[in-house]
Amino acid sequence: MQIIKNNQIIDNSWTYIEDDVDLKSGDICISMTRWKKEKELLRSHEGKIGIRISPSDSYEDLANDLGKIDLIELDFPTLADGRLFSYAWLLRGRYHYEGEIRATGHYLPDQVFYLSRVGVNAFKPEKPEDLSTLLGSLNDFSVTYQSSIK
Amino acid sequence: MYQYNENDQTLVNERVAQFRRQTERFLNGELTADQFRPLRLRNGLYIQTHAPMLRIAGPYGLLNSKQFRKLAHIARKYDKNYCHFTTRQNIQFNWPKLEEVPDILEELASVQMHAIQTSGNCMRNTTTDHLAGVCIDEIEDPRPYCEIIRQWTTLHPEFDYLPRKFKIAVSGSLRDRAATQFHDIGVHLVKDENGETGFKILVGGGLGRTPIIGQVIKPYLEKRHLLSYLEAILRIYNLLGRRDNMYKARIKILVKESGMEKFSALVEKEWQLIRDDGELSAERIEKIKAYFTLPAYEPDAAFDNSFEQHQLNNQSFATWVKHNSADHKAPGYRAVFISLKAPDSPPGDMTDSQLDAVADLADQYSFGQIRITHRQNLVLADVKKCDLFNLWQKLAVLKLATPNIGTVTDIICCPGLDFCSLANAGSIGITREINQALDDMDYIYDIGDLKINISGCMNGCAHQSVGHIGILGVDKNGAEWYQLTLGGSSENEAAIGDRLGPAVAKDQVVKAITTILEVYVKQRQNEESFLEMVNRVGITPFKEQVYANH
Repeated sequence: MQIIKNNQIIDNSWTYIEDDVDLKSGDICISMTRWKKEKELLRSHEGKIGIRISPSDSYEDLANDLGKIDLIELDFPTLADGRLFSYAWLLRGRYHYEGEIRATGHYLPDQVFYLSRVGVNAFKPEKPEDLSTLLGSLNDFSVTYQSSIK
Repeated sequence: MYQYNENDQTLVNERVAQFRRQTERFLNGELTADQFRPLRLRNGLYIQTHAPMLRIAGPYGLLNSKQFRKLAHIARKYDKNYCHFTTRQNIQFNWPKLEEVPDILEELASVQMHAIQTSGNCMRNTTTDHLAGVCIDEIEDPRPYCEIIRQWTTLHPEFDYLPRKFKIAVSGSLRDRAATQFHDIGVHLVKDENGETGFKILVGGGLGRTPIIGQVIKPYLEKRHLLSYLEAILRIYNLLGRRDNMYKARIKILVKESGMEKFSALVEKEWQLIRDDGELSAERIEKIKAYFTLPAYEPDAAFDNSFEQHQLNNQSFATWVKHNSADHKAPGYRAVFISLKAPDSPPGDMTDSQLDAVADLADQYSFGQIRITHRQNLVLADVKKCDLFNLWQKLAVLKLATPNIGTVTDIICCPGLDFCSLANAGSIGITREINQALDDMDYIYDIGDLKINISGCMNGCAHQSVGHIGILGVDKNGAEWYQLTLGGSSENEAAIGDRLGPAVAKDQVVKAITTILEVYVKQRQNEESFLEMVNRVGITPFKEQVYANH
């Protein structure tokens, strides 16, 4: 599985572990629910930890843990749920999170230019064949009226 | 007026290219209808009853003659030789072909126009007073701030997928001609106790299914904070606005359900965190203001006597001047209304030849600029008094001089069942019938200021809930019925109309309207207007007569 990170197509090194599946070593991403429940247990985890948040999760709950997290996945339930755009902006701009923020789930290549401007730096395509459209869409516009999050 | 720089033009060109790719992907089956919908809506494209409908932005209602000629060209080449002007100062084409829309957008981009964010759950076209810059009751010209807001809202990276659509209106005058109390955000230019100009900010107003009057959230905001304060409101709305039910997703519901106190505290807290980063510089304001300087008025325009003389000699001209023109800041000038409410044509519609002709008249008489009003008429804002007689004669030939601005036949009307897939009932037909019933201009003038608004469904595109008389089309077992309201207003004394009683059948609507007018004429006191009488006596006297035989 390939993704886009920092404007490059790269191989994905992360594994998302469903809530009812046992954890394993390596770079793993888990749900917010699981993180809250198993935070202590995960202290001894060998590998990096990522958290997948959906719009109904409170991004503020992560505020004190951001230093321990290397990946935040913003999981779109539908392309229309714009809350995740604000979450990205807040995580980068207000909480100064410096790890990877990756868009996943049901969003469109047509939204990645916007997402890249609010701090999302990685994109997992909904369909593998979207990868090149998605990469191209990062350059949909060469000018903007608002400042972007770096 | 504002002129695109290289960046503005690049952005619009790139948007056209993006939409061309999106349309191709949809036609190739790479995008589903559900995926394409939010993308096409953000470019003004609806799928309607007969064909797609394309809504083009009229930035705060201000266009130039070149742009008007382009609209005429599009009407001829891509549509059925006409277009429609809307209550939000936009322009609609009812018959474009989906595969030709990218070409239409490219044509528009060539004259600094676009259809960006004219639909969809995003920030829409910013609207304002159609007499901005020329009216006599103005605190400051609102258009520079409209342009600043236009740029800020365009392709905003964080706020393009809001819970629901979001509309901002700006007023710079004492008299609110932009219905700011019925917008998601209303911005008023005001002066503080030191005489410094700033903004009063209203939030949570709106029409549609649940009409609500906006409330003041910030009595005075310094100019430099305009964009950071808007950002704070939008962020709170984007985070907390309801997304579970589209009928409860507008910011007015969030404000209502949270309570103003709690909502404004959330906004204030957010704003305090961002206010210093997002300042609007005085240089930026001045730079934009420079695009809206007054035109070169002729100093000797005030010394004309012909204008008065023509009025004395020609009663029809005098009548038109009285109803279809307004006082102007500059001596010797008036603002002229072009009525798009001729009795026999759909309200707000214009043909290609009318568009071309008005472009020529604007060039000849009004510095090449044309404004769209929220009551679906046009304004030539800067006409010399000595030119009014010639202009009137030319407009009359074009059927654009119906002297009915502000009268009972200056009806706001949505496309209704004839064109719109949402409508439950026709509205253009009702308007035509009202016009046929009210063919005596003396009677119309005797009735005076009376605003009728007609919507074909409860989405309320024609603002029926704030009409002095509102007419709302409803579906009753497959038949078209109409709910009447009285006493609404979108101006300073904002009010939502009261329901008169049960809906009336289609063939009874005109009778009900004429009955309401008769009650007013019989029972009014002194010089009171229809709205003042409704406010004094309530709906009962009207109700008794309208339902007398039921």
